[in-house]
Amino acid sequence: MYSQPENSGISKGGRPLSHAEDTGSRRDFLYVATATTGAVAVGAAVWPLVDQMNPSADVQALSSIEIDIDGIEPGTQITKKWRGKPVFIRRRTAEEIAESRNTPLADLPDQTSQNDNKFETDASDENRTLDEAGEWLVMIGVCTHLGCIPIGDGAGDFGGWFCPCHGSHYDAAGRIRKGPAPLNLLVPTSEFLSDTVIKLG
Amino acid sequence: MFKKTLLSAVVALGLGGNAFAAGDAGHIEDIAFSFEGVFGKYDQHQVQRGLQVYTEVCSACHGLNLVAYRNLSDEGGVTLPVDQVKAYAAQFETFDPELDDYRPAIPSDYFGSSNDENAPDLSLMAKARAGFHGPYGSGINQLFRGMGGPEYIVAILNGYTGEEKEQAGTILYENTAFPGGWISMAPPLFDEAVEFEPAHDNDVHHLSEDVATFLMWAAEPKLMDRKKAGLVAVIFLTFMAVMLYLTNKKLWAKAKRKD
Amino acid sequence: MGGIPHDHYEPKSGFEKWLHKRLPIVGLAYDTLMIPTPKNLNWMWIWGIVLAFTLVLQIITGIVLAMHYTPNVNMAFQSVEHIMRDVNYGWLLRYLHMNGASLFFIAVYLHIFRGLYYGSYKAPREVTWIIGMLIYLAMMATGFLGYVLPWGQMSFWGATVITGLFGAVPGVGESIQAWLLGGPAVDNATLNRFFSLHYLLPFVIVALVALHIWAFHTTGNSNPSGVEVRRGSKAEAEKDTLPFWPYFVIKDLYALVVVLIVFAAVVGFMPNYLGHPDNYKMADPLVTPAHIVPEWYYLPFYAILRAFTAEVWVVQFASLITGGIVDAKFFGVVAMFGSIFVMALVPWLDTSRVRSGRYRPAFRFFFWLLAFDFMFLMWLGAMPAEEPYASLALLGSAYWFGYFLVILPLLGLFERPQATPETIEADFDSHYPPKSAE
Repeated sequence: MYSQPENSGISKGGRPLSHAEDTGSRRDFLYVATATTGAVAVGAAVWPLVDQMNPSADVQALSSIEIDIDGIEPGTQITKKWRGKPVFIRRRTAEEIAESRNTPLADLPDQTSQNDNKFETDASDENRTLDEAGEWLVMIGVCTHLGCIPIGDGAGDFGGWFCPCHGSHYDAAGRIRKGPAPLNLLVPTSEFLSDTVIKLG
Repeated sequence: MFKKTLLSAVVALGLGGNAFAAGDAGHIEDIAFSFEGVFGKYDQHQVQRGLQVYTEVCSACHGLNLVAYRNLSDEGGVTLPVDQVKAYAAQFETFDPELDDYRPAIPSDYFGSSNDENAPDLSLMAKARAGFHGPYGSGINQLFRGMGGPEYIVAILNGYTGEEKEQAGTILYENTAFPGGWISMAPPLFDEAVEFEPAHDNDVHHLSEDVATFLMWAAEPKLMDRKKAGLVAVIFLTFMAVMLYLTNKKLWAKAKRKD
Repeated sequence: MGGIPHDHYEPKSGFEKWLHKRLPIVGLAYDTLMIPTPKNLNWMWIWGIVLAFTLVLQIITGIVLAMHYTPNVNMAFQSVEHIMRDVNYGWLLRYLHMNGASLFFIAVYLHIFRGLYYGSYKAPREVTWIIGMLIYLAMMATGFLGYVLPWGQMSFWGATVITGLFGAVPGVGESIQAWLLGGPAVDNATLNRFFSLHYLLPFVIVALVALHIWAFHTTGNSNPSGVEVRRGSKAEAEKDTLPFWPYFVIKDLYALVVVLIVFAAVVGFMPNYLGHPDNYKMADPLVTPAHIVPEWYYLPFYAILRAFTAEVWVVQFASLITGGIVDAKFFGVVAMFGSIFVMALVPWLDTSRVRSGRYRPAFRFFFWLLAFDFMFLMWLGAMPAEEPYASLALLGSAYWFGYFLVILPLLGLFERPQATPETIEADFDSHYPPKSAE
């Protein structure tokens, strides 16, 4: 209703109530100011309607979770649900670490680390793991091809993960090696809170 | 005509509030809580003391199942630091369906349900009771004093006369604020029932006001946001009304031969 | 469209002409917005805009709330509290929707009583009036269905009592009630269908509102003088009217914003004042609240419903001549719906040739008594069903029916109305004298 703030509408009404010329600008100012006030009101009213669709407080409260990794032995992994998706937390064996670190970068189809903690880094094993020693690997367990959940614990041709849907093979660092998937498994924002607690998000 | 109708509308508003006319509760005193009125705010220290009273006394029987531990760190309420909320939650066990077992609670968990099935959940208690009624079904008391939920809680906690009687195997306690006069809840508070750190008045009256404030926060955690938004809206709309009044006056001046 | 001669939209550019031949939507909007409107409309002619705004407000906030609400008996109450506590601005949207219902009804009552006072229902505006009554019934239904959704104690017991009204129909009542509820009592099936219908009905209201506006744009607005706009020529009509835009749009917006100041204060500072504390307790089919009271806007009709008990002679008479088929319960239901039905018939019950109550002194007395009666019944509806309230409610109900069925028909025959102005222009000029006359 405020889309025509100028007094144009008044003369359109069929009966131009033309005003003394000298007060014209003051009248225009009043109309524009009123219309602006109305626009501000509409804007303020729209924001709650938009914002209500953003994640609510209870959902946001789960956007960051803490995971107890005490008791995970080398060569085993756990799966936790986080933000509606599975997260793989694997404590790798010395062989897996060595194998992954010795893989030449040139053999990798995806050359980026896909690590939210280390943006714009290459896909070398050091850039994939959470700790310097390379023991802890935290990844979102969703195949980068079409969203299936890969099978773990040394599955596939490269001793890492294998997606049964379309046959993508990931190595022990979660990097894509063979098959249709375009990217390495994604590493989410994560950090050590203590020696035994990892925080996701 | 317009003025008369407006008057009728105001009376209509008044009548609405009375809906639950015929007061059956005893005398309930109006208390000037900090969160009342247009500029009302929760007194953070009082809400924190109330949390302590709830934790040490009420929670033995009463649940708070709509409130999450994380809410304790929300702005405009208890507002504890996050690490304190974590420590607070960790004192309690919660059932985790994924583990199919109990584990220490974390901030995203909720305060539990009542331990005693006869004890109502307190999450909305401060809004689910009205302390004031009438007079004569007019709703005027609620218009000027508020609904009186927190006042009702204070009145109940202070309303014990010391009389008891046994009825159908339960002991009932005489309470001047409770509808019917006899309540099955034993007097929960006594002077110095809770020790505050740093020290603060802890007679029954102070304790009950503290816990009533906490329960009001539990029932209406967005109260401060709401009052702020209401104030901004009223001021802005008043400004807008003035603008529209002037615009309207100018617009009609020619037609009304006033310019 | 309207019968009042006025300028119509003339497509100018090539595109406008092209579109106009295919879909004359700009012309429709132009004619609607520029419709000649009696220039003497007073401040009681603002409630239509307030109602239109409130309808939009309720639909928008309602759609948004439905994104977070769960219509299941185990989750409905918690989902409303989830909205209040966790959803961004959920508390605001929910309180707006909840109090928006009250704004809607305050505005519609003022709108209806304005129509009753100024005789807006009289020929040729009977259809506008009837559609208005249908809108009002749809609003009552929508409000009732919506009140059940939070699944509090009043929701549950209100639904039980109101659907019980249909159980009063002789013979088939119980079957109808079971059909409405989807079971022997209010339960999950009831909640689900009430949610579905609560979402549907507002769009029915939108359609009815479009018809309502179409109808009075065809006849032209009524006005406080009750005198029709002169339609002999465009020049003549222009002496009585001003275009809706911008004159009445700005005036109505000004009034709307003033109303919204009060609304914002209620939502901001006392959002639960018009509600009932018992609805913050989750529904419990095993415990009835001490006083079951409908929302304030149903109270006058609730009072009429309760007024006709088995002790009232009309009820006993009705029971006698129908051989007991019409009992007190059914009579009460008939009286409640009848009280709205007689209001819908008012175009034919009012026999006066003068339209506006402004020129009918005797009528004004009875009108204000009716307005008082309405408030009185509203108050009685909230009081417990005991003496003296029961007798007073009977008195109030009797006046309600008496006004429409006896007083209005007779008044037109016997009263001596005052002289009405010749034209709307004359009425307007008497308020705002031309400069030369000063």
